[in-house]
This record gives sequence, structure tokens and C-alpha cells, in this order.
Amino acid sequence: MESIKTLKIRNSLGLHARAAAKIVELGNRYHARLFLKKDGQEVDGSSILSILTLSCPKDTEMEARIVGADAEQFMEALNALFEEKFGEKK
Amino acid sequence: MTSDSTAEERRLRGVPVYPGVVIGKAHLVDRSRVKIMYQYLVNDDRVQSEARRFETAVRTVEKQLLAIKNEMPGRVKEHSFILDSHLLILKDSMLYGSTLDRILAEKINAEWALKKSLENLKEIFRQIDDEYISNRISDVENVTERIMRTLAGEPGQSLSDIDQRVIITAHDLSPADTTELNIGKVMGFITDVGGRTSHTAIMAQALEIPAVVGLEKATALVDDNDLLIVDGSTGDVIIDPDEETIIRYQEKALQLEKYKSSIARKSHLPAQTVDGHRVPITANIEFLEEVAAVREYGGEGIGLYRTEFLYLRSRGFPTEEELFEDYREVAEIMYPFPVSIRTLDLGGDKFASALDISKEMNPALGLRAIRFCLNEPEIFKVQLRAILRASAHGKIQLMFPMISGLQEIIAAKQILGEVKQELEEKGIEYDREIKVGIMIEVPSAVIMAEILAQHVDFFSIGTNDLIQYALAIDRVNEHVAYMYQPFHPAILKMIQHVVEMAKKAGIAVSLCGEMASDPLCISVLLGLGLDALSMNARTIPLVKNIIRQLSMEQARTEFEKVICLPTASEVREFIQDRTRELVPELAQTGYLSE
Repeated sequence: MESIKTLKIRNSLGLHARAAAKIVELGNRYHARLFLKKDGQEVDGSSILSILTLSCPKDTEMEARIVGADAEQFMEALNALFEEKFGEKK
Repeated sequence: MTSDSTAEERRLRGVPVYPGVVIGKAHLVDRSRVKIMYQYLVNDDRVQSEARRFETAVRTVEKQLLAIKNEMPGRVKEHSFILDSHLLILKDSMLYGSTLDRILAEKINAEWALKKSLENLKEIFRQIDDEYISNRISDVENVTERIMRTLAGEPGQSLSDIDQRVIITAHDLSPADTTELNIGKVMGFITDVGGRTSHTAIMAQALEIPAVVGLEKATALVDDNDLLIVDGSTGDVIIDPDEETIIRYQEKALQLEKYKSSIARKSHLPAQTVDGHRVPITANIEFLEEVAAVREYGGEGIGLYRTEFLYLRSRGFPTEEELFEDYREVAEIMYPFPVSIRTLDLGGDKFASALDISKEMNPALGLRAIRFCLNEPEIFKVQLRAILRASAHGKIQLMFPMISGLQEIIAAKQILGEVKQELEEKGIEYDREIKVGIMIEVPSAVIMAEILAQHVDFFSIGTNDLIQYALAIDRVNEHVAYMYQPFHPAILKMIQHVVEMAKKAGIAVSLCGEMASDPLCISVLLGLGLDALSMNARTIPLVKNIIRQLSMEQARTEFEKVICLPTASEVREFIQDRTRELVPELAQTGYLSE
């Protein structure tokens, strides 16, 4: 099973360490594997360092690709995490 | 001090970051690195066991980090995120995975493989142009160092094992180091590197532990268990003090404690001289979060709100809405006291990535502050709109930095006028009477003060930059830092001129900068006739208390003498003697060095 969706960074600080950590921690709850792609570069979504190297400020759009049995549920939760700005106020 | 018995005493002087005197034994935190050797593993069994050795080391470090996290005292819990990210980095595929791969594929020892993984990551992070993200490599280094120590078979010198009260002596302290400290056992910190805003300084302040940083040679001169005296008020550190010195400092420590609590109790009283002159004392702040402390310490407004932080936090610019919310909140919390917001004081170099401005040779003299804003009116307008909108919610004043002449004032005010017009048209509320002032920090503005005063509502003298520009001293350059002299007669004459011109034009003139928080400077600043002083919040109770013991009349008379002295050292000597006499408690409590 594969699920693909374009997500947008909405928090003002962009995809910094704390936000990247939340993505990795979320991924630990699912069996499916996450890949994030920006400007043609795709990285392992379970690696905080890889996510940071994408260097995404606010308003960046990235493609999330999730492969595995529970891909749908994972994508739903990931989308929610982006929408709620990683739990940040701004 | 003349006796021969003092011969063995050694003294160091650094940057004081949290006041207080402590006497205790040194605990040296040795962070010298494990020497890393290359080894080629000849047979597959060795390769497999090397991989297991690495995995075991990582698990050990994981346990250490989890233990540190669980034992963290409540006060530092908010820093636990640093440990969470260290835990993630520890198991990250780019570090853990790639090191294991290297051991197996290249048949090399774990240390060498780990070193190669770290170097690879360093290279990748170096290429990231977002400064915040590329700096995260320090977290990776920190984690790597822990794994290396574990691989080397060292139990890892854990700071949580300290069993007696000690003074931590280190080259530098990492966030993990400071969070794992058993705070109850730490009397003080001293470090070789760091400044007022370093991580150690921030932790020391949060934990209220006396600390001196930037001592350069502390770890070279101090041995484990050496007796130390740390004076976090003056920045003095004494190694192996003799008995006489110890007794003196014990008295000082006691007095200082009493003094601090007595001035804290009086911090809400106004700063009024014995002859009835009242001097408003305001605070310099950088973040919204500091405002509560300003009120607590008895600050009567914000004299300088530095607005760069929101612009530096992310690569994208903050929106008008974010800025507005931030400014509005500061204004509301401080109300009815005024808040002076300084418009963006950044160099173009900070935005090089976003605006394609090439690196500057000399950023202090480059496209920065008001020059940058006038060059990028759209960025400037966003901030001005946010400030004006917030002005409807409190008492806000607007301040332009780094003005060098009248033209910049006219240009800035024109843009401000356009923004006001826009708000009028849209029917958006703002304070139509908002006061507009300028920072006086460029020597040409000092000389032109008489004319500039005709065009603004107030002056705020920014001494940190003024001293740097007037004396041609780069204060972060250690080779010339000693020439950074607030008491240089030229500086005093410049301030005097600005004050005179402001009074002549009938506008207010205040001073912000480190001078305002130096106990020695207070009588001189009073004598100069400044209308208000602005400083970091923590110093407010002290400065208020000094002012309450001075007489304006006397400060003026003495200033007449001070202004005639020909050198900075003569000025300092004169003021030191007078201050000692007029405010004897300062010497007794150690705020004046000996």
C-alpha cells in the first residue's frame, strides 16, 4: 500500500528540530515507512537529520510518500500534524 | 594585599554572568577527546563483534540519556527537548545506520566508522544555508562524543555523580552537561569560553547560580579539588586563595546575600535621589517572555525592545500579524508604562540567503539597520504597520537605529507617513500621537544632534555601538577589546553634547547600553542629566538603590570635574573613589572590584 500527498509547512519557524522530531516520533507508531521529498530530493522520514537537511522554511510544500500496510492511517495523522503547525502557536 | 603569603594565590578575570560569591572545591570537567585509531578488521567474526560492540555502546548511551532526562529537576524540564532530540539523533539512520553499514562494508573499527559518519554529516550540514539548522550539527557532535567515550570503555564522567558541593570548571558546558548536573551540588560555574549570552550564562541565570565565563585559561590552571573563590559579580576567580582572602570573601558573600534581598524588597520604589530628582528606570529586552521579569524587578517601561529575534528565528520573514501580536502583548503587559520599539537592527548579511545580498567585508559599517530598511521599504513597512497597529493597545514609541544624518530621518518618516496614511484609509486604529525617536550611536549623529533634535521626539543613546564606532574598536575582537572604554573622555563629551542639544530642543534623552547597568557609571549618568536609563531587567533593583543614595546636585558638580579629566583611567579612578565614598555598600558587597 502506498499513499502520496503534498503537505505544506504552516508554522512560522519552518521545519526545525522540534518539528522534525515530532514527525519521527509519529512515524515510530506505524509500521509503514515515510519518505519526504522537496525539490526532487527524497529523504528517509524516520531520520531527524535527513529531514533537517531538506531545510524547509514556512510555506514550503513537500511530497510525503508512505509505504506499508497502515500507510493511510499514518498519512492522516501526518497531515493533521502539519495542519496543526506541529503544535506551535504561530 | 601586600603580604608574602599571597604569592600562591592566582587570579583570573572573566565575564560575570550571575552575581554572587561562592567558595568551594573545583570539579574539573575534562572534555579532552578520545584519540581515535584506525583499525582494519581482518576476519568476519571480528567485523560482526565490532558491530555488536557499537550497538551496545549506543544502547548504553541511550540509557544514560534517558536517566538524565528522568532525573532532571523541574526548573530545567523545558530544556528536555534537547535530550529528546539527542535520543533521536543517537538512533538516526544517518548516524547509527551509516556507522553500522561502514563497519560491515569497510571492515573498520567502530570508532573510525563513527568518525567518518560524523565527518560526512558535518559536510552535509555545512552546506545548509539556514544558520539555525546548520548549527544543529553541534547536537550530533555531542551525541557522537558520548558514543566515543563509551566505546573507549570510559564510564563517562557523569556530572550527575558529583557527591559534594563543587564549582564546575569546564572549557564549555553543553546543554546536556548542564541539564544532567545535580543542581543541588553545584555552587558555581566557571568556563574558558562563552559570553553573556552563552548557554552556560543562560543556564546559570535560570538556576540562579553564580558563574563567570570567558576565563580563557581556567581549565589549564585549575586542578580537580583546588580551592576556588568565584565572584559572579565582578568576574574574579581566585585559585588557591590564602586564609586572609577566604575570610574576606566569606564576609562578602554574606553581605551580598543580605544586600540582594534588601534591594529586591525595595525594587518597586521609585529611583529618587536624596534631593528629590526622580529618574525613570526602564529595561532592555529581546523577547516578549522577558516582560514579566521587567515588572517584577520594578522596571518602569521598556526603553529598548530589540526586534531582531523574530526575524532570525526562521528563514522566512515574520508576518505582520505575528509581529503585531508580539508588540501588542508587550505593550499591554507594560501598560501604563511606555515601550520603545527599535525597528529592525540587522545587517543585510543576515538575510543574504533570502535577498541575494553578497557577504560584506565589514558588516558593522555595511548595509544594516535603518540603511537596510530604507533599501527594502516593503520589509520595513510590514514592521511599521505592526508597530503602529499595536500602538492602539498601549503606550508605544518608535525608534530608528543607526541614524547617521538628517536624510535618513526624513526618508524613514516619509515611509512611516505612507504607512499611517494606509491605516487611515483602511480605518485601522493606531496612536496618532505616537512618539518617534532615534538611536544616537553613530558619531556623525552626535555632531549633528542639534539639527536632528528638531525632527524627532526623543533621543536614545546606544552606548555599546557608539563606543565601538567612536573609538574604532571592534568589541568582539579580543586583541583590542581592552580599548573599549566607556569612560573615555571622548565618549563622555559626546554624551554630554547630545544631552545638551536634546535639552535645548526640549526633547527627552535617555541612555541604553551596558553603561547604564554598571554601578560605577550611575553617578556620571546622573550628572550628565539623562532623563531615563535603560538596562537589563536584573540590574534594575541595584541601579534604583544606588540612585536613591546619590544627590543630583552633587552628581552635577562632580561631573564638572570628571569631564575635565584627560584619560579614561583617570576618569575611572576618580569615579571609583567617589562611588566608594558615596555608596559604601557597593564595595562591601563586591559590586566594585578591588
